[in-house]
Amino acid sequence: MEDDRALLERLRAGDEQAFEALVARHDGALRRVARGFVRTDSAADDVVQETWLGVLRGLDAFEGRSSLRTWIFKILVNRAQTRAARDARSLPFSALETEEQPTVEPAAFAADGRWISAPRRLDADPETGLLSGELREHLLRAVDGLPPDQRTVITLRDLVGLGAQEVCELLDVTDGNQRVLLHRARARVRTALLPLVGVMG
Amino acid sequence: MRLVWRRRRREDPLVCREFVELVTDYLEGTLPDHERARFEAHLAECDGCSGYLEDMRRLIGSLHDLPEPPPDAATREALLRAFQELRGPG
Repeated sequence: MEDDRALLERLRAGDEQAFEALVARHDGALRRVARGFVRTDSAADDVVQETWLGVLRGLDAFEGRSSLRTWIFKILVNRAQTRAARDARSLPFSALETEEQPTVEPAAFAADGRWISAPRRLDADPETGLLSGELREHLLRAVDGLPPDQRTVITLRDLVGLGAQEVCELLDVTDGNQRVLLHRARARVRTALLPLVGVMG
Repeated sequence: MRLVWRRRRREDPLVCREFVELVTDYLEGTLPDHERARFEAHLAECDGCSGYLEDMRRLIGSLHDLPEPPPDAATREALLRAFQELRGPG
C-alpha cells in the first residue's frame, strides 16, 4: 500500500516508465484471469486492453480504498463479465465444475492411510529457498493447464498476491469455494511438476 | 455428556492421506483449533508430510515471485500511445 502511493503519484504525473512497469507486472495475470470469463483469446485481449484504458481514465478518481492491484483486477472482472454477458457466455464459479483429480494419487498411500514411501520432493534452490530454476520455468505452463476456475483463483491468490477475502469479493464466491479451488489448483500444479523432478539440470 | 467428552479427548490420530487434504486449510489459517492440533501433532513426527508441506510452501513462494512474459510489442506500443494521450504531459 505504501508502494502504491508512490507509484500512483508517478502514474498521475505522466511517468511512462511507471506505467510500463505496471503493465509488465500485471498484464499476463490480467490476461489469464480474463480468459476464465470469455470464450476466446482475442476477447480476452480486448478485455485486457479495455481494462488498461479504464485504469488510465480512472487514475484520478481512484481513492485508494483498496490496493491499486485489487482495483485494477476489479476493473478487469467487471469488463470481463460485461463481455461474457454480451457473448452470452455466463460462467458461474464452482468448485464442482470439473471431474476432480485427487490431491495426491491414492496409490501413494497404504491401506492404513500412511505414505507407502516418502513423497517425491520438488527440487529446490538452496540459495533462495524456492523451487529450482528449471521447475520455476514450468510453473506458468502448469498454471495455464488448470481448469479455468482453478486457474483464476491461483492466479489471483498466488501469482498476484491478493488476499482470500479480496478474491471472494472479486469473483463473488464463498470462502469455502475459493479455498477448495485454491487447494485443487496448488495440488494439480505440484502433480504437473513431479515428472520433471530430478530429470533436468 | 460423558460420552461426548471422552470422544473429544481421544481423537483419532491424523494419517498422511488426510494430512494432504488439509494443507491449504492449514496454510490459510482456517482449521479449527482441535484440527490444527491434530495436524501439527502429525506434522511433527512424519517426515513424508513435513516434506510435502515444505514443497507446497516453496511452490506457493515461487509463484509469488514469478515473472510473467511481457506483452507483445504491438500491445505495448498501443498501451504507451494510450498513456501519452490520456496521461502524457501537455
